[in-house]
Amino acid sequence: MKRGLVVLTFVILAGGLLLIPALLDFGMPAFSDMDDYFLKNGQEQTAANNIVTAVVFDYRGFDTLGESVVLFTAVVGVGLMFRRMLKEEEYEDE
Amino acid sequence: MRMSKLVRTGADLLYPFALIFGLYIILHGHLTPGGGFQGGAVVATGAAIVIVAWAYEDVAGMIRKVTMKAQESAGLLLFIGTAALALGLGYAFFTNVLANSGSLFGLSVPFGPNPGELNTAGVIPIMNIAVGIEVWGGLTVILLYLLSGLNKKEEGS
Repeated sequence: MKRGLVVLTFVILAGGLLLIPALLDFGMPAFSDMDDYFLKNGQEQTAANNIVTAVVFDYRGFDTLGESVVLFTAVVGVGLMFRRMLKEEEYEDE
Repeated sequence: MRMSKLVRTGADLLYPFALIFGLYIILHGHLTPGGGFQGGAVVATGAAIVIVAWAYEDVAGMIRKVTMKAQESAGLLLFIGTAALALGLGYAFFTNVLANSGSLFGLSVPFGPNPGELNTAGVIPIMNIAVGIEVWGGLTVILLYLLSGLNKKEEGS
């Protein structure tokens, strides 16, 4: 009973998820205002031929700053995990 | 725990090419696909080939942890410093102050397809170099840490 209910819920949810692309036309949620803005003004404003790099490093610079800080934090974490244990650092559990 | 002489010679041959290809991707980030992250990953892959083919003790003198850590920190500081450069000149944080200015990296590009010029795009190449240096150092430090315990024999065996 309970198992059948779980399967039924899963089937309904999966069917609904598959129904969404079937009902929409190809490329239907077409909010392309921002894309058009980047393509039209990107070369003039940033003087970069590569629009992807222009978006990543100029228009969305804070995002890249966050990525760099995440990488830095990851390296600091690995360095902490693999540090050489000194005798004074070993402590007993209380 | 070295690998065979064939693998070691191949790694020695591949290392400069991986280095040059990664640096090319970093420097041409504003013209061709790629950029700082991708180019730095390529360079770190070249270092990974050498570290895996040779033992950690062999490369520890050549690819040093301290140097790579300093390189990573320097990259992040250069990135933040380039972004803060606009603050000093009276613009908002991350403003592309060098673009179309005629100075360093300051040439303009025409609209549409064009052959491309290395001396364009303002602060974007500088940020690419900064992020490339940072990713190069960071990934190499992670590899050095992870592979430094590779050849240690376990206590029981």
